[in-house]
Amino acid sequence: MTVLVLEGLSWVLILAGVFFMVVGSIGLLRMPDVYTRLHAAGMTDSIGAGLILLGLALQAGFTLISVRLLLIWAFLLLTNPVGSYALARAARAGRVRPFTVPERD
Amino acid sequence: MESIIHLGLLGLLSVTAITIIRLRTLFAAVMLSSIYSLVSAALLVTLDAVDVALMEAAVGAGISTVLMLGTLSLVGRKEKRPVRQPLLPLFVVVVTGAVLVYGTLDMPGFGAPDNPVHRHVAPRYLQESGREIGIPNVVTSVLASYRGYDTLGETTVIFAAVVGVLLLLAGGSRHTEQNEVLGAEQSATFDDRVILRVGAKMLVPFILLFGLYVQFHADYGPGGGFQAAVIFAAGFILYALVFGLKVAQRVLPPAVVYLCAALGVLIFAGIGLTTMAEGTNFLDYHALLRDPQDAQVAGIMLVELGVLVTVFGAMITIFYVVAGRRRSRP
Repeated sequence: MTVLVLEGLSWVLILAGVFFMVVGSIGLLRMPDVYTRLHAAGMTDSIGAGLILLGLALQAGFTLISVRLLLIWAFLLLTNPVGSYALARAARAGRVRPFTVPERD
Repeated sequence: MESIIHLGLLGLLSVTAITIIRLRTLFAAVMLSSIYSLVSAALLVTLDAVDVALMEAAVGAGISTVLMLGTLSLVGRKEKRPVRQPLLPLFVVVVTGAVLVYGTLDMPGFGAPDNPVHRHVAPRYLQESGREIGIPNVVTSVLASYRGYDTLGETTVIFAAVVGVLLLLAGGSRHTEQNEVLGAEQSATFDDRVILRVGAKMLVPFILLFGLYVQFHADYGPGGGFQAAVIFAAGFILYALVFGLKVAQRVLPPAVVYLCAALGVLIFAGIGLTTMAEGTNFLDYHALLRDPQDAQVAGIMLVELGVLVTVFGAMITIFYVVAGRRRSRP
């Protein structure tokens, strides 16, 4: 019974992760400028990859593998927002115009 | 199933390569070449060449991207239009490629089990290295012991590359004031970089620790001096990018780094000379200790240490030289 619940839960998590990955990728392609694209791309890594890793950890059970998967997730949670921030900061420093701001010339 | 993954990755590789050729924006080309390395690392993992994959990911996607970005900040990010017609070069490339493809026709089938390479020394390495060397990772045994001489050559090549970079680029413009092209531009608001600094501070110790793990775990898993040095250097370069070149050079002065690059080769070759002085062949570790397996393990450890020191020194030296140069005004 527990095995079935765990299996189902892990598949739900993995599929949810895949959903966020797909949505994030579509956003990355369709969004109008760097900042909104970053918003979409940030989601694929933090939520999408996080949910997939969590689902895989449930499949692995109480093993060293799931510890590793959770560690990877922790590092993703640490690096991804910082990376997104650095990108946005670099874009702002490079005077990349947000699409809401009208073009001046 | 596996072949689908292989084909998918190969397709991604070719698309990336063609895109790199067609791009004129060098910045995007650098990023794509980093992606190319990452995809080929994934391909190497699926081919069970984990050591090589680790190397490709660390060097191709990590260090070389940083170095190329540093170079871009010196030369500008647009490719100039070629002035001449590319017909002759195209002809030469096509002919050379055709000759090379013709040459492969004589080679045995890819991955066939009766290839000479699989029948010559490889079976011996696979079957005997556990007894002769006493460590589980055959790649490390081959790299550091059976083919130690080759590895010494590779380490020397990296050292020579550093000397070349120093000769070409280090002339005159070091140790000046506003010469920082990478990182460390002092922005007006002082808390602007707090997030980056805190993030880097949290990450750098783990990266360095992982580098040491890769170094000392090479006996049992994928890894070794080359990979460890590059990961270690990546951690330090992250520190330098966020905190500035000046601070980084206070932590590791350039003189120390240059010394490192030479010291590793000295360690490696010195072990070879020590074994010669003990009366055995060059890099025959049996002279180091009485027990043959202990001697092999000790020799491999020392040699990998030499590789680590040289490659780390090389990477940081190149980074210092590229990042420390003044941007040439067009």
